[in-house]
Amino acid sequence: MSETTATSLKIGDLANPTRFLAFAGRLVPWLGGIAAVLLVAGLAMGFMAPEDYQQGSTVRIMYIHVPFAWIAMMCYSVMAISALGTLVWRHPLADVALKAAAPIGAVFTFLSLATGSIWGKPMWGTWWVWDARLTSVFVMFLMYLGIIALTRALDDPSRSARAAAVLTLVGAINLPIIKFSVDWWNTLHQPASVFRLDGPTIHPSLLWPLLVMALGFTLLFFAFHLMAMRNEIWRRRVIAMRRISARAAETA
Amino acid sequence: MVGVLFFLAVVAVIPFGVGPDLNLLARIGPAILWIGALLASLLGLDRLFQADREDGSLDLLVLSGHRHILAFTIFVKCVAHWVASVLPLVVAAPVLGLLMNVGPVGIGAATLTLLVGTPAIAFIGAVGAALAVVLPRGGLLVSVLILPLTIPVLIFGVSASYGAVADPDPFLPPFLILSALTLFFAVIGPFAAAVALRQSLD
Repeated sequence: MSETTATSLKIGDLANPTRFLAFAGRLVPWLGGIAAVLLVAGLAMGFMAPEDYQQGSTVRIMYIHVPFAWIAMMCYSVMAISALGTLVWRHPLADVALKAAAPIGAVFTFLSLATGSIWGKPMWGTWWVWDARLTSVFVMFLMYLGIIALTRALDDPSRSARAAAVLTLVGAINLPIIKFSVDWWNTLHQPASVFRLDGPTIHPSLLWPLLVMALGFTLLFFAFHLMAMRNEIWRRRVIAMRRISARAAETA
Repeated sequence: MVGVLFFLAVVAVIPFGVGPDLNLLARIGPAILWIGALLASLLGLDRLFQADREDGSLDLLVLSGHRHILAFTIFVKCVAHWVASVLPLVVAAPVLGLLMNVGPVGIGAATLTLLVGTPAIAFIGAVGAALAVVLPRGGLLVSVLILPLTIPVLIFGVSASYGAVADPDPFLPPFLILSALTLFFAVIGPFAAAVALRQSLD
């Protein structure tokens, strides 16, 4: 029982930006360091892993492409939870988390699209296919860009935060519909070109580097996210201090 | 009326772009009708709440009652917007279909799917319009925010229209899913727009 009260107290403590800054300052080096170790190890394991008998060396693109795609989706979940935090619990750091996560998620989504098309050129013979999975990730990328535009459209951070939270939640409801409709659309029109990755039948020798890389990139994402949140809090403090000094100069 | 003119202009521009090949136009006709109607129905959306905000009645609407009443008011506003500026597009669609050399069955299917599917665009658009009320110059941003969300409506609308024309493809399943999308967004859209409006004013 004492443990649960301790953890709930901890989450409550993090609502205080100063405590959060101290917490993030302690956590970021560890996250970044472990992520770097894991990524180096994962890359080494990836290069030592056996080549695919059909795809040859290009299969190694998978070790960065798949984690990028996973993190792109995970980042949207983080943003949707933050949006709930803004609208329902009014957690003071939730809008900071949402605003900080959007550009990182957009970059990871873009990287997964870019590495995917680099992988697609030798394997499928084309940079881009209007395949169900590619199309739904592309739509998610567009939604990331819309959310970024909305979070930066207003001067008042709290107002734009709530607008972005509503949009993020509507998008979160809509993303499964888009995924499912795009699947349907694709099966109607070009059933022959449904490309599938190796799926769950992947061999352990290929799976382990992939999991290590995925864990490394996940930690890297959280390190970036905490750093971006820290920057956002500092930016708001600078703006607030400028306002206070301007007001002081006005009255003096 | 400007919406109908815009719809006409979009559809009229297509043959200049893809060439006046009647077979090709007949094949892509339903899709062109859908894209034109989608773009044209986005035109007036950013004004959905802007006029109410300028004369102050939006504050009264938000403050007047319970959350559900606000959502219902938005629902009625969406329906009114649809009747006033989207229904003319649906009426104009058969004429434009003739210009695109679409057959009678295709014209009927495209018009029917537009009739059923465009309300969903209005309900999704209400969310964007409610978000844009806060923004000083939100017009273009609304379209950018809404367009990705309307992709399912477009997909099922177009595939139902093609299902009526091309034989192996089914008409009824995509049409029913399109109807379901309209009903779904009729609930989600007004509630999300109500939340956005309420947040924008405090």
